[in-house]
Amino acid sequence: MSYRYELRFTGSGGQGIITAGIILAEAASIYDGKKAVQSQAYGPESRGGASRAEVIISDEDIDYPKATSIDAMLALTQEGYTKFHKDVKSGGIILIDSDEVKDVPRGDFKVYAFPIIATAANVLGKVITANIISLGLITELTKIVSHDAIEKAVLSRVPAAFLELNKKALHTGFEKGATLAPLS
Amino acid sequence: MATNKKRFMQGNEACAEGAFYAGCTFFAGYPITPSTEVMEISSSRLPKTGGVFIQMEDEIASICAITGASLGGRKSMTATSGPGFSLMQEGLGFACMAEVPIVIINVMRSGPSTGFPTGPSQSDVMQAKWGTHGDHPAIVLIPASVEEIFYETIRAFNLAEIYRTPVIVLYDEIIGHMREAVTIPQPGEVEVVNRVKPTCAPSEYKPYDTTLGDIAPLAAYGEGYRFHVTGLYHGADGFPTNNTKLIEEAGQRLVRKVEDNKERIWKNEEYFLDDAEIGIFAYGVSARSAKFAVRELRKKGIKAGLLRPLTIWPFPDSAVDALAERVKTIIVPEMNLGQIVHEVERVARGRCEVKGIFRVDTEPIKPAQIIEKILGNGPMPSAPVSPTDSNMSEMLIERDMLDG
Repeated sequence: MSYRYELRFTGSGGQGIITAGIILAEAASIYDGKKAVQSQAYGPESRGGASRAEVIISDEDIDYPKATSIDAMLALTQEGYTKFHKDVKSGGIILIDSDEVKDVPRGDFKVYAFPIIATAANVLGKVITANIISLGLITELTKIVSHDAIEKAVLSRVPAAFLELNKKALHTGFEKGATLAPLS
Repeated sequence: MATNKKRFMQGNEACAEGAFYAGCTFFAGYPITPSTEVMEISSSRLPKTGGVFIQMEDEIASICAITGASLGGRKSMTATSGPGFSLMQEGLGFACMAEVPIVIINVMRSGPSTGFPTGPSQSDVMQAKWGTHGDHPAIVLIPASVEEIFYETIRAFNLAEIYRTPVIVLYDEIIGHMREAVTIPQPGEVEVVNRVKPTCAPSEYKPYDTTLGDIAPLAAYGEGYRFHVTGLYHGADGFPTNNTKLIEEAGQRLVRKVEDNKERIWKNEEYFLDDAEIGIFAYGVSARSAKFAVRELRKKGIKAGLLRPLTIWPFPDSAVDALAERVKTIIVPEMNLGQIVHEVERVARGRCEVKGIFRVDTEPIKPAQIIEKILGNGPMPSAPVSPTDSNMSEMLIERDMLDG
């Protein structure tokens, strides 16, 4: 039975949302041997403005490259959450930054909340690792790619000087994701 | 370097890789979203491999530089988007007239003018054919995936070399910035064509001598052949002429050299067309939506199929003609306000209904729009618009071409 798994990452420009999408899609495509397409929408600003990345993962060729009915979504900003959560399918999951997304509308989906940006700043010491922590959490919550694949993809995309930091960020995401319970 | 390893790459990166594979050693351009990555990659790769990269002062200079470089014997290209493509039109006409092989990449964004730079569009499909003045040949390729950008860029160089004419590769921002896996073939695995060069003595050489065929061999400057190149109508020796007979012959030949070879230039994909009652004619990212729609419609027992051109100019008349002969309706989804739909109507000549689905809010045409257009009669309801959704609003422009 073929499947089509859709993810959407939302945030503001400069948070590494699109990079996270690329890494996840590369993990699925190159390291897990699945089919994957990554696309994006962003404004003319290089920092700020709404940013989103979409990743479609399947076992067969992917034609329409954008999300139609989302299985999993990440929102690092309230704007991203408010604007896009309506496309999440029944039974889908949404991971939000618990400090950023305060207004959490109800729906037929599971919402997971975690202080992603605060963890990046306070535990990892670099706010820029929020996207990699997110990837760890998303991997753990969705199981859509293997730990091995996402780690290889992360390490192949980050500068050599930051390999350990990013590995730690990813594993922080794995660990926190393993015990995270959805908001009731 | 090129290996058979699968790589996850962006459409614009695949374009640059395709150009290098085809033997492009000269890039001149001016950066513009959403095509800039083609230029960035060229700027880092070409100087390391014996090639030349120049950032020009603008797009007019860019197309002139690649035309000159091609006359110097190098396979040359530039990459741009709407506003830059508009500036290139005069140079494009010159290269058509002077019969210089060049490749122009136009990554389509929302227009007119500077429009919405990061927003995708398919609204340059007519400009690619008619943007430069005068009757002229046009070869325009329109890939729909990252891998296809790689192969169609190679084909663009091959066609430019074969027909001694500019070739345009058109794709939308979505395909250009999208990432998919591509396996780059080893050198030699994909055919690469080089221009025919003269074998006569330099003193005998005439750059537009067509006694042996419509396409004359092209010498490279610097190899001992001296010849004149002009945008004025010219005789076999390349010098301007007032001879009306020569002018007519040259004008006819310019267009004929592509027109007579269109079967060789056309390339189409057919998807579930054999028993189709409803045909969709779609290109670029819209064709990907159409494919999704065809599969969903087939599940509902509706005989829909897709005809997808990879060569949009010369227009695939015979494929559309055959389609119009056997379907009841042809649906043409495009991310513009109706351009290629008129070509489909021209070829269909009233034998079937032709209906367009148009969208210009910088969002792709969704498969559901195509499905609803086919399932429902009459105008389909617009998606709900939230007043706060200013730039992402689901504005849907849709018109029934026969009723409209």
